[in-house]
Amino acid sequence: MSYLLKRIAFYVFTAWAAVTINFLIPRAIPGDPVQALITRSRGQMTSEAVQSLYVLFGLDKDASLVEQYFTYLGQLLRGDLGLSFTYFPSPVSQVIGDGLPWTLGLVGITTVLGFLIGTALGTGIGWRRGSWADALIPVTTFVSSIPYFWLGLIAIALLTGPDSFFPASGAYDGGLVPNPDPQFIGSVLRHGILPAFTILISSMAGWILSMRNMMVTVSSEDYVTVAHAKGLSDRRVMVGYAARNALLPNVSGFALSLGFIVGGTLLVEIVFSYPGLGLQLFQAVGAKDYPLMQGVFLIITLSVLLANFLADVAYLALDPRTRREG
Amino acid sequence: MTDAVLEIRGLNVDYGLGDEAVHAVRDVDLTLHRGEVLGLAGESGSGKSTLAYGLTRLLPPPGVIAGGEVLYHPDGGAPVDVLRMTLPELRKFRWAETAIVFQGAMNSLNPVHRISSQLTDVIKAHDPRSTPASRLARAREMLRLVGISADRLDSYPHQLSGGMRQRVMIGMALALEPKVVIMDEPTTALDVVVQRQILRQLVELRERLGFSVVFITHDLSLLVEFSDRIAIMYGGRIVEEATSADLYRDPLHPYSHGLLNSFPALRGPKRELTGIPGSPPDLRAMPPGCAFHPRCPHAMERCGVEVPVLGIPGDVRSGHDAGANEPAPADRTVACWLHPVHDDGL
Repeated sequence: MSYLLKRIAFYVFTAWAAVTINFLIPRAIPGDPVQALITRSRGQMTSEAVQSLYVLFGLDKDASLVEQYFTYLGQLLRGDLGLSFTYFPSPVSQVIGDGLPWTLGLVGITTVLGFLIGTALGTGIGWRRGSWADALIPVTTFVSSIPYFWLGLIAIALLTGPDSFFPASGAYDGGLVPNPDPQFIGSVLRHGILPAFTILISSMAGWILSMRNMMVTVSSEDYVTVAHAKGLSDRRVMVGYAARNALLPNVSGFALSLGFIVGGTLLVEIVFSYPGLGLQLFQAVGAKDYPLMQGVFLIITLSVLLANFLADVAYLALDPRTRREG
Repeated sequence: MTDAVLEIRGLNVDYGLGDEAVHAVRDVDLTLHRGEVLGLAGESGSGKSTLAYGLTRLLPPPGVIAGGEVLYHPDGGAPVDVLRMTLPELRKFRWAETAIVFQGAMNSLNPVHRISSQLTDVIKAHDPRSTPASRLARAREMLRLVGISADRLDSYPHQLSGGMRQRVMIGMALALEPKVVIMDEPTTALDVVVQRQILRQLVELRERLGFSVVFITHDLSLLVEFSDRIAIMYGGRIVEEATSADLYRDPLHPYSHGLLNSFPALRGPKRELTGIPGSPPDLRAMPPGCAFHPRCPHAMERCGVEVPVLGIPGDVRSGHDAGANEPAPADRTVACWLHPVHDDGL
């Protein structure tokens, strides 16, 4: 238990460091967002408006860096991430709140599904080593080396079109209002199929490969032979002895991939114009929308930290050797 | 002579198939009698572990059994051929009749499961109607049998020492009261003190429970002390089989002789250790004739041409008078042209 507390303390410290860096980096960049807004409005702004913008962005000149920092921390604790430029005057937290569910829904579900299916298939293939199933290995190696977005581009090129079932972009039909009614849900599912499958196919292949290889390694361990010698059923040996141990390295990989749900599939969202966090980040970079970028980065950092923490906890639960007992 | 519990007849084990196959075990005939400890000795690569894996059908791929039969004689039943059992029959047979203790004391236990679950899952697999409480009681009993306190049931393997782990394995092997326990270098990874403790315990348990043991090791001195009979393997064949007293006093095969001379005696005058010149044969390119002849100090012309047959030596009574309690010649066999097979034997 004290081990877990130490880990928590470590993560809190890392989160603080990430937040601080997130504060410092935009301030180290030359130019400021108000200048960018003035340029965008082609100089048609009164000086009062400019001044109030400075205050609004927390950039009024009188405040020192330290004061700004504490103001920033205070705002952060209240969930106030500032105002977005691209979606001005919406607050960043609201913009992110709009995008996050789409990303979590699409990438989150596919990442988890990809891991589960890939691990199950890898277990089977590794267990039946030397059978026809081995022929799948070169295929999965090939597929896992294909980048998500490229697969997405191919899918769009081949499967979408004016009269195709699959829409080429967006998360739902433009004419619909987000409501939990069947029409809207159907539309969401229809829009989700292609991006989901591109992510699923290429992520699953990687899990198959690593699980299969671990299964082959673990299958030659003495305790697996002992389990056979004990006359346990084939299924029990495969699940309880081989897969149970082969799973361990994959679990940490899975937790890390959970962390990259938010930031990792930016390109898929761009390709499919899927209104998730990745697309927002892309637009924020294009529009020099520093508050939004900062907000998205913060979410990415925190989710990676959370995923790491989950990996630690999962490992503690799955591998008794990592537990430090008295 | 006591009756047989396990009979190996003409067992051949290959690694690989076709012309590429390596013949790791060739034409092995071996009988394990009820209640005895049969030692199986030989250098690394002589096929002794392969023989153990072969007779329990645990050969890792690409190992295949190329021929022969392994007859198990259940109490008061007709003998069954282990090699021809269906998979469900085999699963039922394993551990309940023949348990194995493996070489790797460190790796024989699954690192992620508690000792208790590894001891009880085998009982559950063979007796699905047993209750969890009875299984746990049995596990506790087995630990007590091998001298480990019952509170270790909740431990994970990494929390036990190597000696304790091997004891747990021995306890596990005896959990279903098998008739045969195969021990494949069970103490090789342990230091000599622990080795001795475990072996003493094993001998004790055997006397109490009456199972038979096939004890595989490269340590002939250990076998001389602990086993009733010893079979020496070389290049995949059994080259000599005798009671351990006979073998120790008067080894007939030059290879057995070499093995016995490669470790020091505890008592008696000091003598130079000779060892065996050369190295074990390459199983992919076995010498013709007797596999040992390139290393043999007594090699004759015939040795390089003809494979000697394992049989009762014809000269044992005349040449080697070991004393009044000379055992029946049927007890010892040798495959060497120095001791041609007795004509009326076999």
